[in-house]
Amino acid sequence: MIAIFVRSLLSGAVVSGTPLLYATLAEVIGQRAGVVNLGLEGVMLVGAVTGFVTMVHTGSAAAGVLAAALAGAALNALFAWLVIDRRANQLATGLALMFAGVGLSALLGARYVGRPITGLPELPLPGLASIPVLGPALFTHDLLVYAAVPIAIAAHWALFSTRWGLAVRAVGENPVAAFAAGRNPRVLQYQALLLAGALGGIAGAYLSIGVAKTWAEWMTAGRGFIAVALVIFARWRPLRAVAGAALFGGAIALQLLLQTRGVPVSSFLLDMLPYVLSLAVLAAWGGSGRRAAPASLGRVFQGSQ
Amino acid sequence: MRSARLEPMVRFGGLLLIGLVAFALLLLLFGRNPLRAYVDIFASTLGSAYGFSETLVKVTPLLLTALAVALPSRIWLINVGGEGQLYVGALCATWAALHLADWPRLPLLAVMALCGFAGGGAWAAIAGVLRARGWASETITTLLLNYVAILLVHYVVFGPWRDPGGLNYPQTAAFGDAAILPAWPGSRVHLGLLAGLLAVAAFAFVIARTRWGLELRAVGGNAEAAHRLGLPITRYVIVLMVVGGGLAGLAGMAEVSAIQGRLRPSLSPGYGYTGFLISWMAGAHPIGIIVGAFVLAVITAGGDILQMTQGLPGSVVNILMAVMLFVVLGRPRARA
Repeated sequence: MIAIFVRSLLSGAVVSGTPLLYATLAEVIGQRAGVVNLGLEGVMLVGAVTGFVTMVHTGSAAAGVLAAALAGAALNALFAWLVIDRRANQLATGLALMFAGVGLSALLGARYVGRPITGLPELPLPGLASIPVLGPALFTHDLLVYAAVPIAIAAHWALFSTRWGLAVRAVGENPVAAFAAGRNPRVLQYQALLLAGALGGIAGAYLSIGVAKTWAEWMTAGRGFIAVALVIFARWRPLRAVAGAALFGGAIALQLLLQTRGVPVSSFLLDMLPYVLSLAVLAAWGGSGRRAAPASLGRVFQGSQ
Repeated sequence: MRSARLEPMVRFGGLLLIGLVAFALLLLLFGRNPLRAYVDIFASTLGSAYGFSETLVKVTPLLLTALAVALPSRIWLINVGGEGQLYVGALCATWAALHLADWPRLPLLAVMALCGFAGGGAWAAIAGVLRARGWASETITTLLLNYVAILLVHYVVFGPWRDPGGLNYPQTAAFGDAAILPAWPGSRVHLGLLAGLLAVAAFAFVIARTRWGLELRAVGGNAEAAHRLGLPITRYVIVLMVVGGGLAGLAGMAEVSAIQGRLRPSLSPGYGYTGFLISWMAGAHPIGIIVGAFVLAVITAGGDILQMTQGLPGSVVNILMAVMLFVVLGRPRARA
């Protein structure tokens, strides 16, 4: 009994945490370059629908994931142009991007709502998958799950151990100084945002072709915003994002598990858990975490006029 | 003087045109006939007395949710929580309507409005306090609070407040006649429209003609300098969020009272988010808000029509809204 519970909880945490991890990594990379993107929700939606539609027509999971990454990067390129070249307010532009993503994904997916697909194939890892309890919980998933943590490690390495990462972080801290040191802030921010868009698209694709194996309007249900809160929890570090995604994935899995077990608490109250947890994380880490934030992040007071 | 008044109108018209053209191109790309779509939208909303009255029904909450964004934006606060504030306002107003059902009309409606305002204001206060203390950006907290508020309303209408005689529909019992806002005979246009217009007028008066408005301009212009002059910045942050949230809460009260007559989960087709768009398009200018609320009411109503006549999902109008907002945000500026 307990073994089954633990197995379902761990497995659920992995499934719920994976899209959050991809999305959080996307936001970490963008914010390290000094750009807040609240439109991640829209990027994920476009990724979800593009991945799904591509897979329906080609039957190839790889093509679906690739298309989702490209679509996410394309949407973020529009965002990058507005905030970098047109100097638009980042927060408001991000929200407009969310609207755009909601509408575009609805339009693209109109003929596909509810259509089932086989989705990403499950690949039990030889050897590891036969470990009792842990095997089925952690090592019987699809490739996007297995790739998530290595990608986080790669992102950490890229940001903290390469010249490119140093330059990106310099732009996020002080673009003027980075420019004086011979870096091109514009190019670096574009690169970071295109990479972030690709990761955001993959996060969405995992939801449609990995988990739900179908398409529904607004199926991301606020995960893009939760990821923005997770960035603060992660203190803008990809490896801490793994811990944050695991924690939130665990909370979502626990809540879903309690619902299926018929716990006498309204499912609507349980559904609040990830959002309330995000708010708690913001309140607890938001103030003290400021110091960990890139110094030139956002420009909130730039204003609209 | 004349050009100062004319300029925002020209700007607004230009933005609208760019948005409409971009959306038309997108529809073409997807093999739909954009002319048909626009004829459908405008004929159904402006082509008949009934359509026009239904558009005005949608203008009402949009005026209030736009103000909920415009007021805090005077000091650069970004309130994206209009949707959640509207839901909590509706929830609190419903509480009054159900528990004080035997009260006479005037005091009952007054208490419902007060509850709606207080509910929306309290919801926004959470984000306001977090911001004022420097703990969290109001932008992300108001967004997250939207989800919590909508789930809260779902919880009560599926749970404790569910009408047992409601034939399995998740909704509360119908309000008594005394809890219904009076409407123009033969239509659903109700007193809330007047309240919304008065609120816009009050907003215009306060920001242009009062000491308070002047202080807001000081805080918005240079928070550091205003702080040194002794203006209480944190109090302004909280008060503006509360009043803004309260106005969105009033929109929620008006919706449950005049339109729904009871609390239902599908209270708003995103009025809070549309209000955000209106306020940014109008640059928080009062006349721009009224024009913008009308234009977006047409577009929102048009979304329903496109769903019926063109088989397009209703949420595609979000693209039209987004394009307009992109144009506003990315427009050339004298000062970068």
